[in-house]
Amino acid sequence: MDKYQEPLDSLFHALADPTRRAVVQRLVEGPAPVKELAAPHDMALPSFMKHISVLEDAGLITSQKQGRVRTCRFNPEKLAAAEKWFEQQRAIWASRFDNLDNLLTTLQGETDET
Amino acid sequence: MKPDLRFNFIADMQKGTLTVRREFAAKRQLVWDCYTKRELLDQWYAPKPLTTKTKSFDFREGGHWHFAMIDPNGTHYWSRTDYETITPIDGYTGYDSFTDETGTPNPNMPRSHIEMTFTDQGAHTMTETVVAYTSAEDLQTVIDMGMEEGLASTLERLDELLVKLVA
Repeated sequence: MDKYQEPLDSLFHALADPTRRAVVQRLVEGPAPVKELAAPHDMALPSFMKHISVLEDAGLITSQKQGRVRTCRFNPEKLAAAEKWFEQQRAIWASRFDNLDNLLTTLQGETDET
Repeated sequence: MKPDLRFNFIADMQKGTLTVRREFAAKRQLVWDCYTKRELLDQWYAPKPLTTKTKSFDFREGGHWHFAMIDPNGTHYWSRTDYETITPIDGYTGYDSFTDETGTPNPNMPRSHIEMTFTDQGAHTMTETVVAYTSAEDLQTVIDMGMEEGLASTLERLDELLVKLVA
């Protein structure tokens, strides 16, 4: 299965899972402790923590431990900045390659005439 | 209509890499020439509406290409590619950096390693470009530098993204 075509591979991966999407949607409303985030999800805490670390690795959330409570926060800058940059890069390459298509067509036309 | 040419763009934030694959409707030698001859590079490298102007070009291992991409207002964006290894017509490796007009790299911008591969795809050619920053932190620096506008619409954009993903 091809993963390409996705300009935001790790972000998309992070958001491709319903549990992780639910966590992000909850955190958009404000910071929350892991325990509260885990409550609606029917899974063991270690499994839930894996989802949290995928989101952290992707930079979508940050977490901080105070005493026995780990609190998670949404990190909007990361998503917006990365998304924009990847879209820009993709557009640059797409435009550049279109130019090259045109040049190759021209060059092949010249070759055919000789 | 143009033939349907494959274009894949993969970004890996954690590794700090971009992998770009693109098919071209031409023989490998011709595509290779377009990447490795200054008079041809000048005709395509900059994305529209920018144009490319080469200041110096020396395509050999240890040599470099120093060029500007020029926007419609005449602003020059200088870069250089330093060639590390060259294997005609299979591929080359090197480093891209942002520079000034004299070719001196901008010390605040991480350079990236590039690996270009050209392979036959029937009568067509497949190219693969892997752009690698030294670390995820370096890639983040580049992203942060590119972000001067505000981030007001972030949540709206997240909503759009989530809708796309759920669809």
